[in-house]
Amino acid sequence: MADTAKPKGGGTAKSSGGRRQNRKNDSPDLADESPKDLLDHYRRMLLVRRFEERTGQAYTQARIGGYCHLNLGEEATVIGLTSVLDERDYLFTNYREHGYAIAKGMSPRGVMAELYGRTTGVSRGWGGSMHMFDTETRLLGGYGIVGGQLPLATGAALAVTYRGGDEVVMCQMGDGTTNIGAWHESLNIASLWNLPIVYVVVNNFTGMGTTVEMASAEPDLYKRGSAFRIEGHRVDGRDVLAVRDAASGLVERARSEQRPFLLEAYSYRMKGHSVVDPAKYRTKEQAEEARDKANDPVAIFEERLLNAGVLTEDTKKEISDAVREEVADAADFAENSPHPDVSTLFDYTYATPVANESKRMPSEPVFAE
Amino acid sequence: MSVITYRQALRDTLRAEMLRDEDVFLIGEEIGVFEGSYKITEGLLKEFGERRVRDTPIAEEGFVGTAIGAAMLGLRPVVEVMTINFSLLAIDQIVNHAAKVYGMFGGQTSVPMVIRTPGGGGQQLGATHSQNIELFYSFIPGLKVLAPSGPADAAAMLRAAIRDNDPVLLLENLGLYNSKGEVPEDDEPVAEIGRAAVSREGSDITLIGYSRMASVATQVAQSLAEEDISVEVIDLRSLRPLDRETIVESVCKTGSAVIAEDDWLTYGIGAEIAATIQEGAFDFLDAPVRRVAMAEVPLPYAKPLESAALPSAESVTTAVKETLNAVGRRVG
Repeated sequence: MADTAKPKGGGTAKSSGGRRQNRKNDSPDLADESPKDLLDHYRRMLLVRRFEERTGQAYTQARIGGYCHLNLGEEATVIGLTSVLDERDYLFTNYREHGYAIAKGMSPRGVMAELYGRTTGVSRGWGGSMHMFDTETRLLGGYGIVGGQLPLATGAALAVTYRGGDEVVMCQMGDGTTNIGAWHESLNIASLWNLPIVYVVVNNFTGMGTTVEMASAEPDLYKRGSAFRIEGHRVDGRDVLAVRDAASGLVERARSEQRPFLLEAYSYRMKGHSVVDPAKYRTKEQAEEARDKANDPVAIFEERLLNAGVLTEDTKKEISDAVREEVADAADFAENSPHPDVSTLFDYTYATPVANESKRMPSEPVFAE
Repeated sequence: MSVITYRQALRDTLRAEMLRDEDVFLIGEEIGVFEGSYKITEGLLKEFGERRVRDTPIAEEGFVGTAIGAAMLGLRPVVEVMTINFSLLAIDQIVNHAAKVYGMFGGQTSVPMVIRTPGGGGQQLGATHSQNIELFYSFIPGLKVLAPSGPADAAAMLRAAIRDNDPVLLLENLGLYNSKGEVPEDDEPVAEIGRAAVSREGSDITLIGYSRMASVATQVAQSLAEEDISVEVIDLRSLRPLDRETIVESVCKTGSAVIAEDDWLTYGIGAEIAATIQEGAFDFLDAPVRRVAMAEVPLPYAKPLESAALPSAESVTTAVKETLNAVGRRVG
């Protein structure tokens, strides 16, 4: 086990809500990086940022229904993690997954259309914000039940092993998930059966309004694989390159060593738990930290790229304009896509058609005249 | 045809399906080294190895969910949950995941898996090990729930369940594992899911049951025939989907109905059947629909108490006779 990004104060249980100081010192040197890749990371992070801002806006305008959880503040984690997955690798996530959907390869159009509940949505309008899914890009679901994706992802890794494949499964979750039974049962099974899976805990220090310290007797979450002999690492989730490197190492080791790993990436949730949550439970300090530019992964990376001369004001504007256009296009596409027809209501109850399946509408009697 | 037990029918079918399809594998507690709590998987670890017969930790949510995930990638897991009582530990994975994955993602991936699990009281196992909670699963669109009452159906339904692309819960029964019956050897019949069966034709009254109570219903019908009472027996076989037509058709013919169920009466499967009958056969009913069900207590351990709480051939016989009396036909 190694703490690859040990926060100041050692991340003790009593540290102020697990807050970490900004640290850029461990991040890979930009001089060793391909400028093209750096700009691509930046563009993708910005795309998630703008997409989520637009999503929040559309939600407050009642264009989007249900619950709506945004990746704002987690862009570096989203892009860092997904950048190391091959097309053939599988990703399972929780309900805060719009960014992951786009980053794994779904089109912003399809993701926004799903949010709008249209037929062109990635889940044909059946899933909504929490349930993005795409067989082709192998994001096998956002899941709304905390911990629900863990056994499923573990089973996907079992299927890979069963068939002798070399795919890796990545299973993303929030910090609160580490206390649910499915966590313990899944990690135990994955370790016993040597499954190629990387569990990633995105620690934003708060499960809804409950802090990690309130909920977890061992708040150093990366250590919590030790009961299952699963090696755990922690990384600064505000730093896209640090996340990329940490994840890349573990994904490749899961592939070559055929065993599970655990990665904790910490970053700040810039807004409330969901769009409608004003986060009044945050102390003044916590609210300031969440808003602090020094904790904003997009601002951090942008500043680094500008300082290193990788990004110029001109390219910055170019990228920003292109991203805004892509997001606007996604929203237009969603807005102009058809709503599902009521005649399709019974299309997806069963994959194998079955005798006597009920197709009764609410007002109809069980036996028609 | 050969005469084998319900247990043997299940075991033979598992083996045949594993030989037929490499994607079929077994997963559950004590199914390998221990050869199954009720020995349904006897000899299969030895024959197929650990890859195809996977012993799990005691972690129902974990291994049921793991099977769902494997099914999402196209494998065909057959999960054994030691008794249906323990399925409660996995209910989130069954109800919120197995039943939802196909619809919630717009039909992109199906969950071709089977959960085999026995219910049934009468074994002096006490309150937490004697429940019949198939109702919980029968309530959920997206699941299919089958309840074979004899060896031939056990084989045909398990075969159908394994080959189906949806999650199927196969309700077995502790009291039926040793029951014997004729099972075809060669032609491998595959049951049609969603169909009830008229397992005995009759004209005086319709008696409806499933799993062990369908078998009890047939015994009752046989003995009442000696008293010149003609009972039509319906074996529901499929709890979801429910074959309402077959039930109603029979009641329209006989004019009265008794439902025998191994679960509690209030909100039970019998309640759904009774509602179905009043919806579909109201004008044909000559007497109120009668339900025979468990006493509404946590099932006790002590034998006299347990026996008193459970429906039996005697209690079903009484209900049939009282219903016929209500119709105006004087019987015993």
